Amino acid sequence: MKILVCISKTPDTTAKIAFTDNNTKFAQDGVQWIINPYDEWYALVRAIELKEKDPSIVLHLVTVGAADTEPIIRKALALGGDEAIRVNAESHDSYYIASQIAEVARQGGYDLIFTGRETIDYNGASIGGMVAELLDMPYIPLATKFELNGTTATITREIEGGEEICEVPLPLVVSCQKGMAEQRIPNMKGIMSARTKPLKVVEPTAADTLTAIAGFGLPPAKAGVKLVPADNPAELVRLLHEEAKVI
Amino acid sequence: MSVLIFIDQAEGHIKKASYEAMSYGAKLAAQLGVQAEGVVLGAAKEDLAALGKYGVQKIHHVNNEALNHFDAQVFTKVIAQVVEKTGAQVVVFSNNVDGKGIAPRLAARLKAGLVPGAVALPETGNGFVVKKNVFSGKAFANIAVNTPIKIIALNPNSFKPEEGSGTAEVVAFNATVDAPKVKVTSTNKVSGEVPLSEASIVVSGGRGLKGPENWGLIEDLAKALGAATACSRPVADVHWRPHHEHVGQTGLAIAPDLYIAVGISGAIQHLAGVNRSKVIVVINKDPEAPFFKAADYGIVGDAFEVVPKITEAVKKLKGIA
Ligand SMILES: Cc1cc2nc3c(=O)[nH]c(=O)nc-3n(C[C@H](O)[C@H](O)[C@H](O)COP(=O)(O)OP(=O)(O)OC[C@H]3O[C@@H](n4cnc5c(N)ncnc54)[C@H](O)[C@@H]3O)c2cc1C
Repeated sequence: MKILVCISKTPDTTAKIAFTDNNTKFAQDGVQWIINPYDEWYALVRAIELKEKDPSIVLHLVTVGAADTEPIIRKALALGGDEAIRVNAESHDSYYIASQIAEVARQGGYDLIFTGRETIDYNGASIGGMVAELLDMPYIPLATKFELNGTTATITREIEGGEEICEVPLPLVVSCQKGMAEQRIPNMKGIMSARTKPLKVVEPTAADTLTAIAGFGLPPAKAGVKLVPADNPAELVRLLHEEAKVI
Repeated sequence: MSVLIFIDQAEGHIKKASYEAMSYGAKLAAQLGVQAEGVVLGAAKEDLAALGKYGVQKIHHVNNEALNHFDAQVFTKVIAQVVEKTGAQVVVFSNNVDGKGIAPRLAARLKAGLVPGAVALPETGNGFVVKKNVFSGKAFANIAVNTPIKIIALNPNSFKPEEGSGTAEVVAFNATVDAPKVKVTSTNKVSGEVPLSEASIVVSGGRGLKGPENWGLIEDLAKALGAATACSRPVADVHWRPHHEHVGQTGLAIAPDLYIAVGISGAIQHLAGVNRSKVIVVINKDPEAPFFKAADYGIVGDAFEVVPKITEAVKKLKGIA
């Protein structure tokens, strides 16, 4: 059994969001980078749990990025995983990135591919689905639970106002979110061993870019809060009804 | 040439997000001077012709048993056949739980540029540029799509459905349908409650509520307003509330008309999931709570005293005894 977990780097959740070059580029100055939380807390940790239960599982991580993503992938390896693959390319086009991951998956013959539900910077939620289509595998988006029984997976996914439970044969692609696993902190042993785990760099395969970012913008600032005295909550209800017209 | 809208259903009923997608797709079709068409997969319990009210002129219905349950792989292949047959140039999805499964697959299958999380109609004067949310609602990006076929996944609650008059022509579409690999074994719905992702009003509680035993406060106000309930991350982490209620950067991102935050400090990660709400009300005993900076209305006060009074005032307004 071979599992591949897709890892992306994203700005820290508290990073200041600003743009340069005439609002066409994210301002990276002073930004701390982290593993995309959905990839780390849910996809990676669940894959590690599966391997802890069945040590014969081979667990690989993949990222598409320039050399500056290596500290992030080492951090991920400190949590777990046998080795990592970095596709040496930078892109904001999800089809291009998915094509790279699909190629790595084809070469490695994985039974299971995990992604996070979305990255917290571009909020695309599309890599998993694209990889699944490129490999002609089933895809379960927004999974909250995942159990393996031989070559079949039992998966719970979010639906509007509830959840759906399904059984799917491997190989397949799953996007992971809260519920899958609990966040872990890497320990010293993990950090030490991550330094010597293989990190293979491969060159990208030829793939098209279907979209481009024309520019960024920030939402208009709020006008400021209107405070209502605590002893007159009925006034709040009146304002919401008559002024804001939302109730 | 047409705009094709995927009309998503749950157990044969059309989802709220689909009405938004239909109105959006119809507006876009008018903008491009082409026909708005819809596609419905599986058995339908509602009158599809009546969807003409939302501006859809023709509906392709693939009424095949294998499509009664969601399987992104099977659905994608069927929709691709409809796209090919109708020559659709734009395909519109809701960026909801199912749209997130199919839209990227269809994009890869057709090599069509995808904009996931669109929040406005495309600019089509010079090219095809669509505005979408990025950085978890803290910014937006304009995405240029450079392919002959374009795919848009519209963020829920970012486009108001408009009802007009009209009847859609409903045609049976004969598609090759693969046997699904995904076997749905059960669905658990929280009955009687408004689904959080679709709710136009959300009442949310944070650590300031002290414990799960105090959630009656939130639920009573939500009930009076016909609202869904939500919570901050630590509240879900300690299991005061179920995981699916967790909103924020690492939980659900929502965009209701009204978001009422009770005893939530307004950390940047929390705001990232709720900052697209049209009106934000904050109730917090700390006047320095960061949430007030992101709020439209606020009360500085003790939730345990203030919230029941708000609930009473809402009931009075709505004539509920
Ligand atoms: C990577 C990362 C991702 C995260 N993702 C999320 C996320 O998705 N969603 C999320 O919510 N958080 C997230 N967090 C956590 C976030 O930083 C905050 O810790 C969290 O939102 C705080 O929750 P809270 O406001 O309920 O609790 P607190 O910060 O403890 O705030 C409680 C508030 O209640 C008020 N209060 C207390 N008593 C009363 C009373 N009687 N009446 C009125 N008000 C009262 C206090 O003044 C205070 O403002 C994330 C953090 C990190 C690092």
